[in-house]
Amino acid sequence: MSDRGFNDDVDIDQCSTDVLDPPDCRGAAFETTADPWDDPLSAPTREGPRNRPWWRPSTTIGRGAAMASRAGRAWARTAVRAGLVASRVSRRVGVGAGSIIGGRVTLLLDPGALSGLAVGRRIVVVSGTNGKTTTSHLLAAALRTSGPVAHNATGSNMADGAVAALAAAGDAEYAVLEVDEWHLAAVARAVQPAVVVLLNLTRDQLDRGTEVRAVAATVGAALAGVPRTVVVANADDPMVVWAAGNAARVCWVAAGAGWLGDTATCPRCGNMLHTDRPAWSCGCGLTRPEPDWWLDGDLLCTGRQVTRLALRLPGRCNIGNAAQAVAAAAAVGVQPEQAAAAMGELATVAGRFAVIHRGRQELRMLLAKNPAGWAETLPVIDPARPVLIVINAREADGRDTSWLWDVPFDKLPCPIIVASGERAADLGVRLSYAGLDHRTEPDPVAALALLPPGSIDVVANYTAFHQLLRRLPVRAGPR
Amino acid sequence: MTGASTIRIGLLLPDVLGTYADTGNAAVLAARARWRGIPTEILTITADTTPPAGCDVYLLGGGEDTAQLFAVDWLRRHRDLHHALDSSAHVLAICAGLQILGQSMRDRSGHDRPGLGVLDVTTAPGPRRAVGEITITCVIPGLGQLTGFENHHGITTLGPNTAPLGTVVTGTGNGTRDHTGHRTEGVLTDRVTGTYLHGPVLARNPALADHLLTAITGTEMTPLELPDQAALRRTYLSPRAARGGIHHRRRMPQ
Repeated sequence: MSDRGFNDDVDIDQCSTDVLDPPDCRGAAFETTADPWDDPLSAPTREGPRNRPWWRPSTTIGRGAAMASRAGRAWARTAVRAGLVASRVSRRVGVGAGSIIGGRVTLLLDPGALSGLAVGRRIVVVSGTNGKTTTSHLLAAALRTSGPVAHNATGSNMADGAVAALAAAGDAEYAVLEVDEWHLAAVARAVQPAVVVLLNLTRDQLDRGTEVRAVAATVGAALAGVPRTVVVANADDPMVVWAAGNAARVCWVAAGAGWLGDTATCPRCGNMLHTDRPAWSCGCGLTRPEPDWWLDGDLLCTGRQVTRLALRLPGRCNIGNAAQAVAAAAAVGVQPEQAAAAMGELATVAGRFAVIHRGRQELRMLLAKNPAGWAETLPVIDPARPVLIVINAREADGRDTSWLWDVPFDKLPCPIIVASGERAADLGVRLSYAGLDHRTEPDPVAALALLPPGSIDVVANYTAFHQLLRRLPVRAGPR
Repeated sequence: MTGASTIRIGLLLPDVLGTYADTGNAAVLAARARWRGIPTEILTITADTTPPAGCDVYLLGGGEDTAQLFAVDWLRRHRDLHHALDSSAHVLAICAGLQILGQSMRDRSGHDRPGLGVLDVTTAPGPRRAVGEITITCVIPGLGQLTGFENHHGITTLGPNTAPLGTVVTGTGNGTRDHTGHRTEGVLTDRVTGTYLHGPVLARNPALADHLLTAITGTEMTPLELPDQAALRRTYLSPRAARGGIHHRRRMPQ
């Protein structure tokens, strides 16, 4: 009850006094810091002894517990190497992608490894409920046009995944780290990112993360803890605006908000929000900030500059993800045109949107793990195709399947529907009440046999998606 | 009311108390009536509307702390509706919905906030959040076990003449015991059913939905078989699930 937020007393308008003027968005990120040598952004990265990372030859300075002495540095190097070996072993024996075990080994041997590995790099952290993996892939593609990029591409989005990604790309000047909302504070404190991208905050895994307002408060505290970081935040999501309210420097992007189920009431005071999309405001003063970047169809605008976002990834939500990715890329010095062109090449993201040929069937793999994700996925589903929906309720999915009732399945246009996964029965009951004829088969591969040849849309939540990917033939290239 | 007239289902404040998808209870109730030839109408009553006071049944769902206080204030302001909840309508109240119908709710700073006083219950924060599968034995004859997912921080104490909806088999429920030492879950009066079970509870427990429809219409419901319903019940109520295979978690030992 009356769980006062950390920034209840902050007038949101004050926060936007630090909002970067769009044309200066890039430059300003590198100015106005007290000690340029202390700032990973303002310091040149390639030369100068003070920012040459310790794992490069003839290093003399670093950060973190292990940096204190020559022996400490040797130990830190050993910790990173041990982690890399563990990753390789894990991959070879087929246990997994190896990033989690490798990162854990390194962190076990050297708890300060993350900050040590981060020194001297321009790091962009991507967080939020939906679109983290996709946005981080878009960003990595954009930054690769400027140099090598360390990236936790497999979506291991806690400290161990970040450690593994940085250790695996020792020379990369840039890093893109997807970070889970609950781990944002620890990772951001360790890596002192140049930019944090905050996409959206909606309900997800209520059993694990409790309520979305508590997540937003945690994220807000994390952002307040990194005052030199530029936060690229979604101005259309009231929960994000509240969370970013305590950040020192915010670049607002009107990236859109597809699902508003969590923001009928004001995240700050609990009263009803006045909403007249895209505008929204509350009597307490929380209001939609004037965006620095905004969308007009697939045109991304800032100041007098307009960039076309011609994506191969489907869906309106990916236009929004790309808009925030372009703004973040600009904040670390990559031109919008250059970033957008690289993003336009991307056709699949960690298996999402991939097209897999299996016998005479062609499966398009879509991931949707909560009501907001489904709201973005429903318009992407091809109404002419049969659809297979696969639902699990493991730890990473959230144990509670109630969220299925927040998805407007009655708008599912497909003529043939098969319900599958470890919670196929929950899904089947939900579909029946939505008035949809369907068949139910808990094993998704057996379920495919119930579907005709040709193109099929497969929509699965997190663990169901990855389980199914592992059981299907090696992915063919995207169309 | 008679069986032929339309059942009016008032879905109260889904925009405020809709965090845990309890709005699904309205869809279940309406569909189960409709499939038996009983016409229904769902009135979605959001905070920006003037609520009708003449619904046959009102549904309240779970929500966050600030939303809960807003809901109490809003319901108290609409006196006709408050009166209907207090004296004439059937009510299904889930989680925060149950708490706000009580006498008081203690917030985390220790202040008692008044509830609507429809039920003789009080709620205070527990030592930790109760999150996980819950199974109860329902006191309503013939309903057997109910399954749901609980996710709350409240300990609810029932007044001396207030009956629970059931006794806890696995999970936490109200977090309090009755005079016989049984751990209780929810509240049951002649008109009001209150529970911590999400799922939504009526989707997982169609017998409870039919019990409500019987109470509203005054007629027995004919049996209704839905595909997957039996499999869903097995998922949560099989011996394997009861042994913990479905991750029953008991976080608030009493």
